[in-house]
Amino acid sequence: MKKIQIFGLVIIAVAIGIIVSTAGDASTYVDFSKAQDMATDGDNESIHVVGRLKKDAAGQILDMQYDPKIDPNYFTFTLVDNKNVAKKVVYMSTKPQDFDKSEQVVVIGKMHNGTFAAEKILMKCPSKYENGKLETTEASASKS
Amino acid sequence: MIHTTIGSAGHLLVIIAFVSALVATFAYFKAGMANTPLDDVPTWKRFARATYVIHAAAVFGVVFSLYWIIGNHYFEYHYAWKNSSLSLPTGYTISSFWQEQEGSFLLWIFWNVILGSILIFTNRSWEAPVMTVFALVQAFLTSMILGVVIPGLDLKIGSTPFLLLKEVMPDMPVWKMDPNFIPKDGNGMNPLLQNYWMVIHPPTLFLGFATTLIPFSFAIAGLWTRKIQEWIRPALPWALFSAMILGIGILMGAYWAYETLNFGSYWNWDPVENSSIVPWLILVAAIHTMIIGRKNATALKTSFILTIATFILILYSTFMTRSGVLGNASVHSFTDLGLSGQLLIYLLTFTILAISLLVYRWKSLPSDEAEVSTYSQEFWIFIGATLLCLSGFQILATTSIPVYNKIAEAFGGVLNMALPADQIGHYNKFQLWFFSLIIVLTGIGQFFWWKRIGKDKLQPLYNPFLISLVISAAVITFQGVKDIQYIALLTAAIFAIVSNGTILLNIIRGNYNLSGGAITHIGVALMLIGILFSSAYTKVVSINNSGLMISRSEEFTSNDNKENKENITLWLNKPEKMGDYMLTWRDVRIEPLHIPEYISKSWVDMIEGDYKAVALRDIVVNEKKYYSKGDTLEIAPENFYYEIDYRDPTGKIFTLFPRVQINPRMGGIVSSPDINRKLDKDLYTYVAMVTNPMAEPVWSPTENFTISMRDTFFVNDYVAVLDNVVRTEQVEGVTLGEGDAAVKAVIRILDKEKEFTVTPSFVIRDRMVARKPEVNKDLGMRIQFQEINPQTGQFSFAVNTTQRDYIVMKATEKPLINILWLGTFVLVIGFIMATVRRFRDFIKMRDKETASVNKSKGKIPAHTV
Repeated sequence: MKKIQIFGLVIIAVAIGIIVSTAGDASTYVDFSKAQDMATDGDNESIHVVGRLKKDAAGQILDMQYDPKIDPNYFTFTLVDNKNVAKKVVYMSTKPQDFDKSEQVVVIGKMHNGTFAAEKILMKCPSKYENGKLETTEASASKS
Repeated sequence: MIHTTIGSAGHLLVIIAFVSALVATFAYFKAGMANTPLDDVPTWKRFARATYVIHAAAVFGVVFSLYWIIGNHYFEYHYAWKNSSLSLPTGYTISSFWQEQEGSFLLWIFWNVILGSILIFTNRSWEAPVMTVFALVQAFLTSMILGVVIPGLDLKIGSTPFLLLKEVMPDMPVWKMDPNFIPKDGNGMNPLLQNYWMVIHPPTLFLGFATTLIPFSFAIAGLWTRKIQEWIRPALPWALFSAMILGIGILMGAYWAYETLNFGSYWNWDPVENSSIVPWLILVAAIHTMIIGRKNATALKTSFILTIATFILILYSTFMTRSGVLGNASVHSFTDLGLSGQLLIYLLTFTILAISLLVYRWKSLPSDEAEVSTYSQEFWIFIGATLLCLSGFQILATTSIPVYNKIAEAFGGVLNMALPADQIGHYNKFQLWFFSLIIVLTGIGQFFWWKRIGKDKLQPLYNPFLISLVISAAVITFQGVKDIQYIALLTAAIFAIVSNGTILLNIIRGNYNLSGGAITHIGVALMLIGILFSSAYTKVVSINNSGLMISRSEEFTSNDNKENKENITLWLNKPEKMGDYMLTWRDVRIEPLHIPEYISKSWVDMIEGDYKAVALRDIVVNEKKYYSKGDTLEIAPENFYYEIDYRDPTGKIFTLFPRVQINPRMGGIVSSPDINRKLDKDLYTYVAMVTNPMAEPVWSPTENFTISMRDTFFVNDYVAVLDNVVRTEQVEGVTLGEGDAAVKAVIRILDKEKEFTVTPSFVIRDRMVARKPEVNKDLGMRIQFQEINPQTGQFSFAVNTTQRDYIVMKATEKPLINILWLGTFVLVIGFIMATVRRFRDFIKMRDKETASVNKSKGKIPAHTV
């Protein structure tokens, strides 16, 4: 076999490795019931859940708690997923900026004892200057 | 008055620019086609050039119009209203130009016009085919800001920046009342973007994007006119220049993110960042194959593929960031303007045209006869280029996940794939090894390139190899590097520095012009070392040790929460221990425009909604008096600086001023870090949460205390003692006349480590009682002297409490980050040297060709323009 062919085969092998690994590492969008099932099955993968904040008729956010005096790294709120299942989300970091204004929230993490432990929060806020357009902001509890 | 003329002019000029670009494409195409009669070529060329001049003039006119609208604050225009405001300083007024998609397209178009003109002047012989590609790109780009609706089809082409506010938001009720309504002020710029990087980063990045078109155009021209090898010489200096500018642009963004935007780090593997680094990696690979492409046919073919791929990837990146396909996945992609279709056509047109042309010509490309030797420079450079491509491929494969979802959707499927939850881990597990190998190859490649080693002659590599092993061992021991992958990367980078350094010392004596490659490689190696230490060995200093959360639910005690306890709360003037440091939050400061330092917020009264403040005292900074009491001073709006003292174990104190911007329109806070820079590490501090410095305190209901002298009482959980009541001659804010009397109470309040004295006064003035309360911010308390009872000898006080001011902050240490910035500079110097060298090469060859053409001119009349 010629050197160039061996070389080509090696590259193809690495490329396949990359694709397989990407597919393996990729997370998925699920709802809370699915997330709960996954946690029950012992699946430890972090997943994405899209939802809205729980609000009352006046637009006030319900069941949100953040008290930096007690602990600046403990923030909880209730997220209602697209199938209208509400779950408590615990985020072990400071409350993200602009959180109160977010329309749509994506939490990344896993279910843990009936609550969702979020590692990262993505928010869609009404664009600062324009109504009707949404922009994404991100907060992460991971080490940086 | 609504200034409609300038907007209409701008819009018309965009249309002219678009049409002239199309005409120029056709004319240059005719001039470049082999079947055009020789006598017609000069005519076509002259015509094409004239059209291009019209196009350039129109583009300048569009840029001028938009800038005129923004610069003159014509807020009747949506673009000016949305992105600028009266109070915006000039620098940022310029940058509000490219804050939106339309403006950034315009910036890109502008750079292309400049680059195209330079090419016409410097490179006459390639003009026709190269400019055909250029003009076609310009036609696509100008179509993005065309803003024309095709009647009947209801098809909108492009999005124009010249829309009036009325046209964008026709539903606002104000139009019914006053159709000629013009807003008094604009929305201003996102305070986060008000930074000098916003002025220089986008133009640099877009120049980087624009320059990738040049090597691409030469490659296409080479294929088209069958100058299969000749295109490399003029393309190479531009490819180097492009890699340098694009690299600088990306790194500026990284530095900006680190220094201001508070992303916590300089690189976050965000899809937008990724989609600009991938073309850069491929471009660097292309440069390497181009260097050997004139000797090696495989490298020549690869050069075609990679040069084309670079440009296509730039288009793909544009598509991803601007079409809204990233959606949830990215922090800073643009919102969708309805251009996705147009962007897709742009991307597909160039992909299909370029690939078809390459396939069509593939057979006529040369092939290597003998197999390349393992001991040749070509072999090693080729391996290096391949690794760069694989590295780019890995990033692209993951970044494109949102695109896979869209493709699945288009075919009726549901994929629901999301980006990896742990992106850093995912990318690092590949990139770390790729770059370890790539950086080793830079050293080996250089040795082969300069023929220092060859078959049966590998000895010259032994010394650098041994030296780098010794240095690496020392660094690993000294810095305590333990993980195997970091040891590998570190050793590889040190080897690259030593081996490239050896080569550098060797050749610099002969001709320093040729040392660009070695210098660039050393720069990359330094950057990798800086990245390794500053990311892998980042240490969070602000560990929350208050222990207060232990009482909370069991969620806190479970496994990985400890990791997230990385913010601490600071109360005003209350020292708190953080790592080795003792921290005290001293004050909130503001930024006056005409004083070189920040001043305390308590010195002034800020005027809401304005960018001015009234001095409450004489403002003296560094013994110079700037303002007297009552003067109005200009301040930077929205900026608050939190003065935090750090006392290190030796007792030395330094102060950091992390910034918080409070924008009334934005509601939230935006924080920027402050960094204590030492040679060996950065201490990076930012404020995550504050009590709003602009809000008036909310006082609790009044609590009354009636006590005797020396009595102890409890207020807000503090022990307080009334020490004394004394007569006083001076009460701030009150002038005492004859017959007036004033007393003040001296109340001592005991906090854990500190005592405070509060002295509210009680004044009898013109037979009227006046009470002057005293506010203590550290305690969040207000005490008013209510009454003196002469019969009982008791005193009454009214006490209100409020939320004490606090901040939540985070601090991290980033070791050796300066090596990253040092490496960046070395890299840029290397690129400049290589670019200059290759450009000289090209000029020399071009002049030789021109001379030979001129010589032959005497015999046959040649057609040159």
